[in-house]
Amino acid sequence: MNGLRPDLALIADWVAPRSQVLDLACGDGALLAHLQTTKGCRGYGVEINDAQVLACVRAGVDVIQQDIEAGLGMFHAPSFDVVVLSMAIQMTHQTERVLREMSEVGSEGIVSLPNFGHWSHAWSILRGRMPVSRELPYEWFDTPNLHMSTVRDFEAFLHRLGLTITGRAFLKNGRPVGRLPGLRSTQAIYRFRRG
Amino acid sequence: MPQRMRFDAPLPLRSGASIAGYELVYETYGSLNADRSNAVLVCHALNAGHHVAGVYADHPEDVGWWDNMVGPGKPVDTDRFFVVGVNNLGSCFGSTGPMSTNPATGKPYGPDFPVVTVEDWVHAQARLADALGIERFAAVMGGSLGGMQALAWTTLYPMRIAHCVAVATAPKLSAQNIAFNEVARRAIITDPEFHGGRFYDHGVVPARGLQVARMIGHITYLSDDAMGEKFGRALRRHVTDTVLRNDYRFTFDVEFEIESYLRHQGEKFSTYFDANTYLLITRALDYFDPALAHGGDLARALAPALADFLLVSFTTDWRFAPERSREIVEALLANERRVTYAEIDAPHGHDAFLLDSPQYMAVMRSWFERIDACVRTQRSGR
Repeated sequence: MNGLRPDLALIADWVAPRSQVLDLACGDGALLAHLQTTKGCRGYGVEINDAQVLACVRAGVDVIQQDIEAGLGMFHAPSFDVVVLSMAIQMTHQTERVLREMSEVGSEGIVSLPNFGHWSHAWSILRGRMPVSRELPYEWFDTPNLHMSTVRDFEAFLHRLGLTITGRAFLKNGRPVGRLPGLRSTQAIYRFRRG
Repeated sequence: MPQRMRFDAPLPLRSGASIAGYELVYETYGSLNADRSNAVLVCHALNAGHHVAGVYADHPEDVGWWDNMVGPGKPVDTDRFFVVGVNNLGSCFGSTGPMSTNPATGKPYGPDFPVVTVEDWVHAQARLADALGIERFAAVMGGSLGGMQALAWTTLYPMRIAHCVAVATAPKLSAQNIAFNEVARRAIITDPEFHGGRFYDHGVVPARGLQVARMIGHITYLSDDAMGEKFGRALRRHVTDTVLRNDYRFTFDVEFEIESYLRHQGEKFSTYFDANTYLLITRALDYFDPALAHGGDLARALAPALADFLLVSFTTDWRFAPERSREIVEALLANERRVTYAEIDAPHGHDAFLLDSPQYMAVMRSWFERIDACVRTQRSGR
C-alpha cells in the first residue's frame, strides 16, 4: 500500500510510464511524487495554497504557484501527455473554461470528482438537510464547493465540450463500484480526449 | 573575513573593452567538501557586496546583507554548504571599480571605468570559481539584480550550475524601470559636484545627486501599502516641538515622516556609495536582456540552461512584479526545464526579498534541503 488517496491511485494506474504530467490543484504533490518514483514520469503541479506549495517542494515535486482559474496560458508551450484535475473541479468558478483549457494543454485529461448523485445525498435532501459526507464534508454555509454534479451531469458536460470519454471508474469510500455507479459511487474518475 | 583575488589575464567585456589586473573581493562561509560539490554562489544586487552573512569580529554591527538567509542552521545552511559571496567588478565595496587606481594613468578610473554587464560579472565570477577550485556550483542564487546573474549563469555556464535560485527578478527591465534608473542617474550626473565623474580629483562627492538617486530607489523598493502603514501622513516632530503637532508648518522643510525617512536614507547612502558605481550598476540592470539576441524569444535564450530552477516573487513587488518572474517560468516550461515557482504573499514590496516572511523562508529552506540531498546522492553514487 503506497498510502495514495484511492482516486489518485486509480489515476496513477491510467498514466503511462515516462509521461509528461500536469497536475492542476495538485495539493501536496502526492500523485506527481508517486508517478516520478514509480513510473519515471516528469511534470509540474499547479497549486495556489502556500502550505501545499511548500509540501510539494518538500516532496521534490516541481510546483508552479498559481490559481488554475487565472488561465493555463503558461502551460501551452510544453506538450503534456496527461493533465490531471483531482477532486477540485467542484471548487472551480469557471468550470467550463478550466475543462476546455485542460483538453487544449494535454493530449489526455483525467478528472476525479465527488458524485452528488449518491443515494445518501438524495436521502439527506429528502429528510430536509443538505448532504454532508466523506467526499463532501462541508456544511452548506462554509463549503468551497460551487459546482456539484452527478455522474450523468458530468458525462453530458464532457460530451457538450466535444470531449470523448476514454475511461471511467467509480469508487465508494475508496472501493470500486460495479453496478449502479450513478447511485452507489461517492467518487467518479474520468479520462477523456479531444474529438 | 574578506579575501582578495587578483586576476592578471584581461577579461573581455561585452562592450568590446577589456579589463586586466583587476581584483575581486569575496567571502566564504562553511567548508568545501572533498569533491567540491557543495558550493553555493550568492550574487548581490545594487547596494550590497561580498559580505553576505555573519558579522566581523572588529565590527559586530556590520551584519551581512543576507544574514537571515545564509548561515549555520539558516535556510542556506553553511553547516552543509560552502557559500561564496563575491563583490562584482565596478563596485565600491572593495573589488576593482571606478574608485580604484587606473594603472594607465595612476589616478582613479572614475568615468573611464568600462561599462560592465551582468554577463561580464558572471564571467568574472566564473574565473573566481576556477581559482577556488569550484568546477560546478550546487546553486547560484540572488535577488533582484542578483537573480539576473543567477539566470545568466544558467546559459553562460550551463555545466557549472546545478540549481538556479532567482528571487524577485526579471528577464529584463521594463521602460518604467529604466525610467527610474535614468532619473537616478540624471540626479547624479547633473550634480555640480559630479565633475563628469572626476569628483575624486576635486575632493568632493556628488552627495545631493546620490541622495536623490537613493530616495527614488527607496520609493520603488517599498509597496504603497507598506509605506502607508509605516509612515502614513504622520507629521515629523521637530526638536523644538514641545507638544505633538496637529497642524502644518507651511514650509518646504521636512514636514512628513516619509520625507524625513527618505532624506535620512539618502544621506546615509551618500556617505558610503560611489556615484560612478551607481551609474555602472543601474546601467548593468538596464542592459540585461538575454532574449535580445534571440529576437525577444526568452525560451530560446534560456534553451542552453540545464539547471533546476526556483523562482520566487512577492505579490506587492511592483519594481520586479510577479508577472516578470512568470515570464521566466513560462520560458522554462516551454523548454521543459525543472522549475518551481513560489509567489509569496508579502506586504513589503521589492524589499521583501531581504526580509523574513515565513513562507519565503520555508520555501528557501526546503529547496536547499533538496539541493543538499542532490549533493549527498551524487557523493554516495561515486
